[in-house]
Parts: sequence; C-alpha cells; structure tokens
Amino acid sequence: MLRPTTTPELQEAITGAWADATTLEVRAGGSKEALGRDAPAAQSLDLTALSGIVDYDPAELVLTARAATPLAVVRAALAERNQHLAFEPPDYAALLDSTRAPTLGGTLAANLSGPRRLSAGAARDHFLGLSAVSGHGELFKSGGRVVKNVTGYDLSKLLAGSFGTLAVLSEVTVKVMPAPEETCTVLVHDQTAAQAVSWMTRLTATPIDASGLAYLPLPACGRSKVHAVRASGGAVTALRLEGIGASVSARLQALRDGWLADAGHGYETTVVDADDSRVLWNEITDCHLLSGHGVVWKLSVPPARGADVAARLTAVLDCEVLLDWAGGLVWAVVRGDAAQEALVRGTLRDCGGHATLIRASAAERRRCPVFEPLAPSVAALSRRIKGAFDPGGILNPGRMFA
Amino acid sequence: MLMPALDAAVVGRRDELAAELRRILPHDSVLTGEDERRPYESDGLTAYRQLPLLVALPETTAQVSAILKVCAAFGAKVVPRGAGTSLSGGALPLGDGVLLGLAKLNRILDIDYPNRCVVAQPGVANLSITRAVEGRGFYYAPDPSSQVVCSIGGNVAENAGGVHCLKYGMTTNNLLGLEAVLMSGEVIRIGGKHLDAGGYDILGVLTGSEGLLAVITEVTVRILCKPETARALLIGFASVEAAGACVANTIAAGIIPGGMELMDRPAIHAAEAFTHAGYPLDAEAILIVELDGPAAEAEELSLRVADIAAAVGATSVRASASDEERLKFWKGRKAAFPAVGRIAPDYYCMDGTIPRRKLPQVLTRIGELSKHYGLGVANVFHAGDGNLHPLILYDANQPGELDRAEAFGADILRECVAVGGVLTGEHGVGVEKRDLMPEMFTAVDLAQQQRLKCAFDAEGALNPGKVFPTLHRCAEMGRVHVHRGETRFPDVPRF
Repeated sequence: MLRPTTTPELQEAITGAWADATTLEVRAGGSKEALGRDAPAAQSLDLTALSGIVDYDPAELVLTARAATPLAVVRAALAERNQHLAFEPPDYAALLDSTRAPTLGGTLAANLSGPRRLSAGAARDHFLGLSAVSGHGELFKSGGRVVKNVTGYDLSKLLAGSFGTLAVLSEVTVKVMPAPEETCTVLVHDQTAAQAVSWMTRLTATPIDASGLAYLPLPACGRSKVHAVRASGGAVTALRLEGIGASVSARLQALRDGWLADAGHGYETTVVDADDSRVLWNEITDCHLLSGHGVVWKLSVPPARGADVAARLTAVLDCEVLLDWAGGLVWAVVRGDAAQEALVRGTLRDCGGHATLIRASAAERRRCPVFEPLAPSVAALSRRIKGAFDPGGILNPGRMFA
Repeated sequence: MLMPALDAAVVGRRDELAAELRRILPHDSVLTGEDERRPYESDGLTAYRQLPLLVALPETTAQVSAILKVCAAFGAKVVPRGAGTSLSGGALPLGDGVLLGLAKLNRILDIDYPNRCVVAQPGVANLSITRAVEGRGFYYAPDPSSQVVCSIGGNVAENAGGVHCLKYGMTTNNLLGLEAVLMSGEVIRIGGKHLDAGGYDILGVLTGSEGLLAVITEVTVRILCKPETARALLIGFASVEAAGACVANTIAAGIIPGGMELMDRPAIHAAEAFTHAGYPLDAEAILIVELDGPAAEAEELSLRVADIAAAVGATSVRASASDEERLKFWKGRKAAFPAVGRIAPDYYCMDGTIPRRKLPQVLTRIGELSKHYGLGVANVFHAGDGNLHPLILYDANQPGELDRAEAFGADILRECVAVGGVLTGEHGVGVEKRDLMPEMFTAVDLAQQQRLKCAFDAEGALNPGKVFPTLHRCAEMGRVHVHRGETRFPDVPRF
C-alpha cells in the first residue's frame, strides 16, 4: 500500500506507478469502495494522510482542504460560522455497509449531492478549484479560490464524478454558503406517486422555493426516526422550507392559503419542526429510509416522469422505490441479489435519464455496467479524455467503464 | 497580437473550399466577397480585426457537421461565432479560417414547463428565452449585460455570467443538456432534461471552453420560477473601503443578495449624467443591493442590510418603494458601460476576480496605475462574487494610447492574480488575456489543459490562437514532459 503524507509524496507515488505500469486503486476514506465497477488494481493508493483544512474564510464563501479531509471535519468548521455545503453531501456508509467516513475529496470525485440538489445545485456546482496529480505523475491545478472564474477549461467539472480515473485530487476548493436560519417540513399524507409528482411539479411553478421535495412510500416511512413520518400509516410527500424565519413562515402561510389545497381534497397534512425536519432530510440524504437488503439503483430522470418510471419499475420488478428531487431522482431497491440491469434501464426507454447501480455484490458490479452505457461517440471521446489525463491507464482502471 | 502562421495552402484553395461548402449550404450562405465578410471581422473586442477567409452560415446540425468534415479534410481552421459579443476576442476570425456563424440556428425547439426547461438552438438570444417563458412566471437566470443580443450558444462557450450569479449561478450551473459537433463532424449529445449526466461531465467542460473543443448546436437550460418580489437598496459611502466592508459584513451575516453591485465615483458620475438614476453624487462609492424572494423575506433582509450599511458609516440609504424605482436604481448600473463611453472616446473593459477582502488594496493599486499610465479609470464591480470591471478610458486616435491602455489592463490582471484572484470572471480569456495565462498557470497546468484539447480536436483546428499562449501539436503533447515548469520544447513558437 502506498500512503503519501504530502503532495510531493503523492506525486512520487504516481510517477513511480506510471514508470512501472502499476495500476492503483485510489482511495481517501474508503467509505465508497463498494461503489463503482469492481475492478481491482495492483496496489492501493491510500490518501488518508492528505487531510486537513488549508484555508477557510467565511466572508469569501470559500474553503480549501486537502482531499482526504473527512466531511465531518469540514461540516464542523462550517457550522461554527453558520455556514454549510449547500449541495448536502450524502454519507452512503450505511447504505454500502461500510464503517468508514466519507471525505470531501471522495464526495467530489463521486459528485454526490443530497435532496438540496434540487435548488442549490450538485457537488460539481460548488467545486471551484483543485490541485491534482495526473496519471503522468504531474501536479497540475485548475480553477481558483474565488466563486466566479472562467480562466481556462473548467477541469473541476470534469474531475467531479470521474471516480479517480483521471487524476488524484490533492487539494480542493469549494464554495460554501450561509446555513439557513430556520427550517420546517410539511408532510402531505397518502398521496399516490403520480399524485405526489403532479403536485410537486405544480409547486415548482410557484415561488414557494422548496429546498427539498421527496415522496416516501410506506416501507420507507416506517424506517424513519421522525414520529410523524413513521406513524403515518401511508405514503408521505415531504416539502422542506428553509431560510430566514420571516420567509419560512410567509411561505408556510402561502401553502396553507392555497398550494396545500392544490394537493387535492382530503389530504391530511402535518408540519414538522426544525429538529425533526433535520432528522428526516438527513435520513433521505444518507439513504437510511431504503431497505438494508437488495440491490440499489439510482435513476436520474426528467422530474415530471418520476412517478411514471417508478410505476414501470414496480410493474416489472419486485422492488420498492423512493422519489427525491421533485420526482427527478428515483431510488429503487430490487429484492434479491441480481441487479436486473436490463429491466431497470429498460424503464428509461423513451424517457431520457440514466441509471447507476449503487449497491450490489462485487460479482454483479463486474458483470453489468454500473454507470449508464454511453453512446459510441461519447464513449470514444471519454476514452480519449481518459488518455489525456492517464495515458498508462493506471488510475482506478475499469472503475467506471470496462 | 500574434496569431498562428497563415496556412498558405489553405488560403490558396479558398475557391475550392467555398465550392465544397456550397454543396452543403445555399449559395448565399457562404460569404466570399470582402463586403460580405467585413461585418464578421471583429467581435465585442473591437481593437482586433481580421477578415475571415470565408463565412459559412449553417441552419442545421447536419450542416454544421458536414462543414466541419469538409474543413477537416481541407486542413482549414474554424472559428465558431454566436452573436459576436465576446469582450475577449473569442470570435476573432482567422485569415486562413472559416468563420462559422451560428446565428441562423435561432429557434426555440421545446418549452417544457413540467420539467422546467427550454431546448434552444445556439443562435437564440439569451433574453429571448426569458421572454418566451415569462408569461408563465418563469425566467432564465444568467443575465449578461448583453443579454438582448448575446446568443445562448455563445453563453455556453464563454460560461457567461451576469449580475445575479452569486445567488443563481453562471451558465454552467443552469444547463441540463447539450448537443455539440466535434471537429471530426461527429455529433455528441450530453445530458437532457434530467440532472447530472452520467459519465464524465463533458457538459461541464464544454461550458466555458471558448469554442476550442466543439461547436454547440443545441442547448437545454433550466428555467426558474420568478421570485415573488425584489427590493433594491441604493447605498452611498464616503469611501470604497466602507462599501467593501458592507459587502463582507452582509455575506458574513448569512445574506446572499440576488445582486450586489459596487460603483466608484467616476462610474457613479458617468452613469448619473447618462441615466439620471438618482445616484448620490457626493458618494465615493455606491452599492446596489437587491434582495428577492417572498415579500416578507425581501422586506426583512433589506432592513438587515440597511443596518449593516449604517454600522459601517453609509452616508445614504434608499430602499426602492416600487418596482419602477428598483429598475431606476439598476438603470444606471446597467448603462454604466455606454455611460463611460460618453466621457471618453474609447474604453477598455477588464474582468478580473479577486477575493473581496482585497478590494481596497486592488482599487488603490488601480489608482496608482492610472497615474502611472496617465489614463483615467472607472470601476464597476460585481461585489458579491468579487468580479471587478475596471473601465480604462483612452482615445484610440491618440498614438500609443491603446497600447498604454492594454498595458494598464494587463497590470490590473496581474494584480488580481497576485492577490489570489483570477484573470477572468466572466468574459473569457480569448485572445485578450491569452498571453497572461502563464501569470496564473504553470507550464504543467497549461500542458494538461492542452492534452484535453487534443482529446476533442487532435489537429488543433477549432478556434486556434485563443486561450493558450503556446501552441503544441498533439502528437508532441503525448511526449512533452514538463520538468520543473520548463517544457522540453522551449523553441515552440509562441504567438
């Protein structure tokens, strides 16, 4: 195992591997080692020691940290100044049956975002700059430490979601935002998925500015620690409001005055307070409401088609679903060990979107494509991009595509 | 400005190339005459002019693809152009290159309210998207000041910004999908109406690539529901430092305004004389702070910002009482560039971004440079995100003044980088800041960016002479090993 403690050591390790044609498994916290294609490499490149916040200036809304800084450390530093990572980075450790803690670099390398993706953007939208070592063993930087920058190609975007296959991040700069002063969640009970998506779609055409819109069918509700959700006895549609107190109360009133009635006659509603709201949205972010057994798929679809895709999934598979991003994100837990790739990806036909296999056995993650297969022209371009950063193919080979 | 050496072979085959292009396009969509080509000789950076070899005006993606194939076969360079409003020379033509004008691809293809997106061809004007959806209460957030004319395809190429970026993001944060054509003629489609395209974020890296990687032929943008209300504050300060402190304290208090613009004394006076917006003429600096959202939120936040302003010694605070008054506050700011154009024969607009806390230091330095170069300067500043727009005043008819203005501008950008900022916040590198790239990036950094360019365009035919100060052939890039910041090919021509 290679365990660099400084950026020069990281560069040395990769230069050595490039010279010997040794393939490397790049890992920071290791919490997502079971995410991606199962494609073992000759040697492990453990970045754990490249940890720590380098620079944080709350008034500039930027934070720079070494790549393997635990998310918890970043969160704690931000919380002291009432700031946060607005993209709501998830912790999939429980979902992936890992005891390890996610890092900032790992989160960006996987481009993982939570429910607030809907209103605040994805991890990649908050990734301002980086230093990284390419597969040539060269240390390069891109972007900057300011929130607005168009100097040169935006390599932060390209490296976000590249799962360590292009370059190894050594230091990253992210945009941070003020944490909301107040929050609450409105629960609408007993809607069908189709009714919920239709209502959420209408809400996004109003200035209600929800920062979370999710649909939790019954088995998911039963796993919540929030009483109003757990004891609901039926599906729950959750709408989160965040902002200053005056704004949250004004929008809550507007909901009561009209937009809740728009949910349809006879639906019961509950408003849960800030504490319960935080618990609930953490559960949604970290996938604690999904069954602990079975294969997990994450489907990104045009939001108005969310219920449609969910219905197709449950029609052809023994599975449970949960919808986030106002219908644009469909989680599906398929019972059994088989990924059922053809059936799952088949639900996206004539609809657009993509499906990623998030939890499955290593054998399944070898057998079927974890990431949505690309059109031939895009696949060829992606291979050329890989070659431009890692010509020897030594960084996480096969982690994304065979 | 040194550009790549003219390819005499291509210039010699001009008529043959025109004939090939006319097999793809109607006769009059290939412009060969000097008078016809003249309107394309420059973009928004009018200091640079160059007649293109030919102009091709396609109307479909298939035509774009066919044109690029022909150009690739001829070894001809291609310069894509949207509305030609680039302030960095991104669409400056080449004497041996085809200027690919995308203005005829000007239709909105789909308005999808349930999925909150619009699919448009690249020649559609930025503001036309908002106009098409505002009847239903939606808008497209990025609003560069040229939004009436600038094209959405050009916005993607340049990652255009505007005054609302801090809260609503730049172009890159508001895109869902793209169709683009590679120099080989291959058409790629990335993303769609869903979030986060799978695979490498090619959409993200194409955005802001300044026409060097691919030609954008279709854009899917996210549209947002208009905020319920917006309220603006017009705040005067006795010093730029006080205005800067107000900005920092507002953000430190957890407030992200929809817009937060700073103007210095020369900019205030020029704008007031031009628009009569009611700006305080005794102020050294003004801030326009716009708070949007539900009425209760805009109301409460404007009170909080007014308190913050008072605490740092604001000399005047006015809150807009009506939408009409709010737009009046903005009118002066939005017309700042033409207003400055009235107080000097010419102006040169710079575009660096700095950490906001460095604002007083940078403005002091700009003042010193102004004396040194003997040229006036007015400053407007997207204060929320640290994006500075100094307008250097000069007279192009006075020998040497343009050169001095450019040297002054370059010094400002060097200062931006020196204080931890960047060369360009929203206007792009283009030809304008190309030779300053080594101020910010090492040879290794630039080599990695050029390797990416090679993955898209191995022959370097798409918009060469922009962004990179040194041109490497791709075959060479594979071998270039940059050692301690020095490339092994120090004699490769810089242009």
